[in-house]
Amino acid sequence: MRKTLFAAATALLLAGSISSDASAADKLKVGFVYLGPIGDLGWTYQHDQGRQALVKELGDKIETTYLENVPEGPDAERAIEQLVRAGNKLIFTTSFGYMDPTLKVAKKYPNVHFEHCSGYKRDKNMATYSARWYQGRYIQGQIAAKMSKAGVLGYIGSFPIPEVVSGINATMIGAQSINPNIKVKIIWVNTWFDPGKEADAAKALLDQGADIIMQHTDSPAPMQIASERGKLAFGQDSEMIKFGPKAQLTSILDTWGPYYISRVKAELDGTWKSEDVWGGLDTKMFEMAPYTNMPDDVKKLAEETQAAITSGKLQPFKCPVVAQDGKEVECKGGDHLTDPQILGMNFYVKGIDDKIPGK
Amino acid sequence: MQLVLEKRAERSNTIALISPLIAIGLTIVTMIILFAILGKNPFAALVVYFIEPLTDSYTLQEIAVKAAPLVMIAIGLSLCYLANAWNIGAEGQFLIGAVAGSWLAVKTQGTEAGHWVFPAMLLLGAIAGALYALIPAICKVRFGASEILTSLMLVYVAELFLDYLVRGPWRDPNGFNFPTTAEFDPVATVPLLVEGGRLHLGTIIALVVVAAGAVLLGKTIKGFEIRVVGAAPRAARFGGFNSNQLILLTFAISGALAGLAGIIEVAGPVGHLQPNISPGYGFTAIIVAFLGRLNPIGILIAGLFLALTFIGGEQAQIAMKIPLDVTKVFQGILLFYVLACDSLILYRFRLVSSSRQQVARGAH
Amino acid sequence: MELIEAIILSVLAASTPLLLAATGELVTERSGVLNLGVEGMMIVGAACGFGGALLTGSTIIGALCGIVAGTAMSLIFAAMTLGLAVNQVATGLALTILGIGLSGLIGAGFVGERITPAPHLYIPYLTSIPLIGRIVFGEDAFVYFSIALIVAVWWFLYRTRGGLILRACGDNHVSAHALGYSVLKIRLYAVMFGGACAGLAGAYLPLAYTPFFIPGMTAGRGWIALALVVFASWLPGRLAIGAYLFGAVTILQLHAQGAGVGIPSQFLSSLPYLATVIVLVLLSRARTGGSTAPAALGTVFVPDR
Repeated sequence: MRKTLFAAATALLLAGSISSDASAADKLKVGFVYLGPIGDLGWTYQHDQGRQALVKELGDKIETTYLENVPEGPDAERAIEQLVRAGNKLIFTTSFGYMDPTLKVAKKYPNVHFEHCSGYKRDKNMATYSARWYQGRYIQGQIAAKMSKAGVLGYIGSFPIPEVVSGINATMIGAQSINPNIKVKIIWVNTWFDPGKEADAAKALLDQGADIIMQHTDSPAPMQIASERGKLAFGQDSEMIKFGPKAQLTSILDTWGPYYISRVKAELDGTWKSEDVWGGLDTKMFEMAPYTNMPDDVKKLAEETQAAITSGKLQPFKCPVVAQDGKEVECKGGDHLTDPQILGMNFYVKGIDDKIPGK
Repeated sequence: MQLVLEKRAERSNTIALISPLIAIGLTIVTMIILFAILGKNPFAALVVYFIEPLTDSYTLQEIAVKAAPLVMIAIGLSLCYLANAWNIGAEGQFLIGAVAGSWLAVKTQGTEAGHWVFPAMLLLGAIAGALYALIPAICKVRFGASEILTSLMLVYVAELFLDYLVRGPWRDPNGFNFPTTAEFDPVATVPLLVEGGRLHLGTIIALVVVAAGAVLLGKTIKGFEIRVVGAAPRAARFGGFNSNQLILLTFAISGALAGLAGIIEVAGPVGHLQPNISPGYGFTAIIVAFLGRLNPIGILIAGLFLALTFIGGEQAQIAMKIPLDVTKVFQGILLFYVLACDSLILYRFRLVSSSRQQVARGAH
Repeated sequence: MELIEAIILSVLAASTPLLLAATGELVTERSGVLNLGVEGMMIVGAACGFGGALLTGSTIIGALCGIVAGTAMSLIFAAMTLGLAVNQVATGLALTILGIGLSGLIGAGFVGERITPAPHLYIPYLTSIPLIGRIVFGEDAFVYFSIALIVAVWWFLYRTRGGLILRACGDNHVSAHALGYSVLKIRLYAVMFGGACAGLAGAYLPLAYTPFFIPGMTAGRGWIALALVVFASWLPGRLAIGAYLFGAVTILQLHAQGAGVGIPSQFLSSLPYLATVIVLVLLSRARTGGSTAPAALGTVFVPDR
């Protein structure tokens, strides 16, 4: 009995190792490092959707692997290196906190290519990519100003990093183009993800008179609260209309698929090189969910704005950009702010009656 | 008839030897069932978890790197627990040690400071960790406040303090407002043992700590005092041992070791200070201390073993797409089995008839 | 005035899971057992509670599933610490690891689904009374239950023989045993009660607070519940005050931000923990010679036969 069991075990083992070896032969291996669990919506889910799009498109030439729930601490470097050692030749690290670990591993393995999402450090074999979400925020600002009866927007921030601050500013500039007197109330929850706390923040904003909720956090809780209270809201990262069929105006959808496909194709062709890609609506680095729960004229306005931004006719950070203190921000990019100015944004525009925490 | 647990007159050395084997056997059986339910090949999975990481010099390095902070902290904690002092706030002491050491790295950033910086950082980390650990210890000996609870509360305070520093005053001025300090200068980082490898000086320090722990407990009078105070408090009092002094001492040592582990982790694998520097090392180390039966060599083995399950878990994700949650369940089950089997070293089960029990109770 | 009403409503909702979990832990600790696995029991309660409600469409069945799941988790803890005399701290931590993993596996199929949140009470006229109507007559069942539960626990601990015995086990298990009480059996019930409460508290989050399940949605509330028990120095009345105070600080901090008042949030967030340490020291000092913690808290008991 014991012998047969052992034989069966070895047979299974061999079968396991052989089949995985065979399928792995000369396919390009692509690895992904995720911050959270994949789940059904949110930041990590969207990256995994991108990975699945990639598999659908190039599944016969590549094999993908991912590591989920990798904390942005001492374990990150090991996780990335494990993927390298498992034979992955192109590795996407999908959170800001993986920046330095990715750089370290990239230096160690010059023949492997790395792509880091949302950071600013690069190397010969380490590219960066991110999306110009602020463009979408501008459109949302316009919609919000049209739809708000109270003239007060409620904004749930995660951490006061430039990406979030520039989102708030773009929203306000968009909103001010419709209603110069629009107000915004901002609550920082100091987390990317805590449904309970995000719900509490949404309630607080609504209780204080805001009637449109905007969020830069990951869970659908704020949408759910807005829906419960019969108010309106914008989704984040994913389609959230399920959580607010009568509340969602639109949502910024992270669509990494096309980018992942183009980069993997480049890798397969041997034309991959380290770049800094900051894609916007024009390159479909993100998309806007359908405009819902709004009258046709607002929808039309949103679509026009979207088209103008996509064609490059409209720059959300068009000069003059006036900061909170009333001073005009130096216009380094001709008629609009430059990318580094937006990437390092650390001020509020005029009309925001608040101050950035820690500043 | 009733099954009851009772204390053995003497610890069973046979069980002490075979209990880990029983525990691992039970874990393997349970995991085979779990993997089968999940539709994964159980045998291949076990090989990925337990064997593959041990067959490669790279993963062996990773196991050592992951185990180093756990072992260092657990050695300190074991001294506390042996002396009946319940420090469960090592996570906080780890963070405070990291913060204190990083202070020097941040202050000397970009200056001509020489090689004295790194040793000084280690010293600062250890001192700060010890001082932070002394808060609950002093509250205990001076006011009688439960050290289990105060040390736990201080973990949260330390987390928030670190968070405040990296989001505020210590934020990298060139870091686009992201909550991290700048990368530490080379003189402020842990030297690597092998160029291009991952093994760093911290792993050697961890070994030294294990050796020092073994010497302290086995060969010194203080070590004897610690064990007596924990095992037989009354005898210790008659022997004139000062248990309060021992609480302060063991807390300080364990705080210093946790702080040291903290600064090594920040100046090594992480390379800068940021909000998330510990994946729960301070808490995991408590489990390591118990898995290692509060014995330095045992702790070394337990730390390496737990590190193995972390590395194996990652490989299982890569090779077999086994979700991380399964690894967590696996670790939880393993811990339960090991702790349960170890219990039989000191205790044993006996069948007692109900009537006898009644008599026994009446006799009290 | 409406704002005050709204704030109080939010505070009650935010405090309820903390109060429920802490009530259970208070009883557990009063019997002399320290179960640090509250977070693990809560998150499994959340996953199972949501699953139950999703499959049956009933909030009550969901809540029951949460209770059963929390109790089942606590039974593992009891088997280890009471049955096998394993150290409680280590077991509690291992229980949390296990719970996080289990909830992820159980909840994997539920992620992305949503259910109807637990209904709120509505009594014609009464609920419409300005200011207090919704606060007193417009909550969901969990809020009323949590208040009833803490009152019941107070009554049980101080007004019944069972409560006296339970406290005796926590203060001196040797004498309790000598008096002929089965310390282990009493502790088993206390641990199970703690598990049931933690499971219910976890289930509250997806059933009433935010009606969907996401892995890790308890976000550390189990640890806060542990802190609250200490903060309350093991007294039910103070526990209720502490839970609502903690909820109030959290909510008011958000409101202060919305109103444009900047406070370094980390300092505010660390206050409850610092306060807990100080309270503990002051209480212990007031009664020289020992703390008000159950004297046998966290210690192993094996009946000497």
